[in-house]
Amino acid sequence: MTLPFAIIAGLTVGSAIAAMSLRNMVHCALSLVLTFAGLAGLYLQLNAEFVGFTQILVYVGAVSILIVFAILLTRSTEPKDEPSTVTPWAGISVAVGAFLTMALAVLASPVGKRLAAPAPEVSVKTLGQKLMTDYVLPLEVMALLLTAAMLGAVIIAMREKEGK
Amino acid sequence: MAEFFKALDQFPVTLKHWLMGHASGVLPEWALPLVSAALSITPILAVFPLMFALTTVIERKGLGRIQNRIGPNRVGIPLTDIRLWGFGQFIADGIKSLIKEDVVPRAADKVVHFLAPIALLIPVLLTYSVLPFGRNMVPLDLPQTGLLFFFAVGASTELSVFMAGWSSRNKYSLLGAMRAIAQMVSYEIPLILSSLTVVMMAGTLSLTGIVESQADVRFGFLHSWHLFTPWGFVGFLLFLTAAAAEANRTPFDLPEAESEIIAGYFTEYSGFKFAIFFLAEYLGLFAMCGLGITLFLGGWLSPVNIAPFTWIPSWCWFLGKLSALIVLFIWLRGTLPRLRTDQLMGFAWKFLLPMTLINLVVAALWHMSGGAVHVVIRWGVGFAMLAIPYWLLGRGFEASVGKRIYRYAN
Repeated sequence: MTLPFAIIAGLTVGSAIAAMSLRNMVHCALSLVLTFAGLAGLYLQLNAEFVGFTQILVYVGAVSILIVFAILLTRSTEPKDEPSTVTPWAGISVAVGAFLTMALAVLASPVGKRLAAPAPEVSVKTLGQKLMTDYVLPLEVMALLLTAAMLGAVIIAMREKEGK
Repeated sequence: MAEFFKALDQFPVTLKHWLMGHASGVLPEWALPLVSAALSITPILAVFPLMFALTTVIERKGLGRIQNRIGPNRVGIPLTDIRLWGFGQFIADGIKSLIKEDVVPRAADKVVHFLAPIALLIPVLLTYSVLPFGRNMVPLDLPQTGLLFFFAVGASTELSVFMAGWSSRNKYSLLGAMRAIAQMVSYEIPLILSSLTVVMMAGTLSLTGIVESQADVRFGFLHSWHLFTPWGFVGFLLFLTAAAAEANRTPFDLPEAESEIIAGYFTEYSGFKFAIFFLAEYLGLFAMCGLGITLFLGGWLSPVNIAPFTWIPSWCWFLGKLSALIVLFIWLRGTLPRLRTDQLMGFAWKFLLPMTLINLVVAALWHMSGGAVHVVIRWGVGFAMLAIPYWLLGRGFEASVGKRIYRYAN
């Protein structure tokens, strides 16, 4: 475990905990953005430049804005003074148990003992060519799905206007 | 003679190598990458904030001239009679913003309010790390993802704007932040799509590679800047428009429209925090101009490949082009009125977006027809494919002359 990895991992986990435990919804969203940025840092650590920067572009740049708008448009961001009704301990113990089971299973499995194949030299160019040739059908299906979702959102927004 | 100019061209690089050579004997092994990084960062932190400081004075003087007044011309070197045409103004402004009281509203979210200017300035400074300022002068060369890095880091400023507007607990701040986010999200699409034409033609995301792709010489003297093609010319204009909107410059300065919402998302900032917002905004504009220069105006290349022009150091060309673009933006600010919100959105989605998409097709055709078709036909077809949609799309934005209908004032 190197020092940069430790810093990034600590930041990611810490901000993820903050995103779950803070009482103000906008603070939670901002901590979640920090988690996204930390994940991008981890991708960069793994030499996956393209994935890392795409993660920043999509999650920090766009998804975060979506989350923040959803919070602002749907509920009051004022934290309520009443104490939280759910104690976190049950959840924490379940989470730790699940993580331990999974970690032990992964460590015990033969996957980790296999020799890693030499990492192929993946350039953005080959990525693009693969997307346009071998994986063009999934790409098109995804594009269609997103277009349909966008049209749906527009139609929902239009109906609301007519109802007024 | 040529040797001397070559040395001058590479002077910053040689200086860094010389300093690193001396440092490697003295410093421990682990400190060397840090020193190297610091040596690359220092010129950026020295040159561009200084340029910002000078721009504030030049902008006020230029706007003054456009508005038929004189502009700042009093402050020179302190304690002397030297006035320097008012160019000491930025020092006075800096001292003023440093010693002003930092007022934070009582209802504000203190932590987020404090973090917002920092979260805005850092991504803006990061974008400079991939720009090639001169031959062999790029602080962080990303051969695979240079342009993607620029846009990824640039996109994270939107959240900082939201942080500033939301945490101030002021309706004008929040309105300004909402306007800014809507505008930045909308104009990011034409911005990226217009840059994509260059990526298609150069076949690389590396900004150094894009500059090198423009280094071919045509007709024996002209560098083949991407500007000198139909798709590049139109792409540059589209890019410049979208960049002005991304940097919140007039005519797209709705997020901080003084006459409507005080100062937009940084209404509740005073003293040095306000200065940081101001700095980040201008540095963002400079970075956008730098990217435009790299993509379309040949980066650090001279326009023509003839002796006296090639002698001028590459970084001088970059800074000269940058200054020219800044003057253009000051000129635009002085002469164009502000758009309305609906005009702003309509312009992005109904005009810029279709035009950038058509421009992509034109760039692809230009690429396919290379060598096979006569140059005149290529130019004619390219310009026709761009001019006709321009005319058709632009018709919807012309002001119709007729009897004005007032909705509320009657």
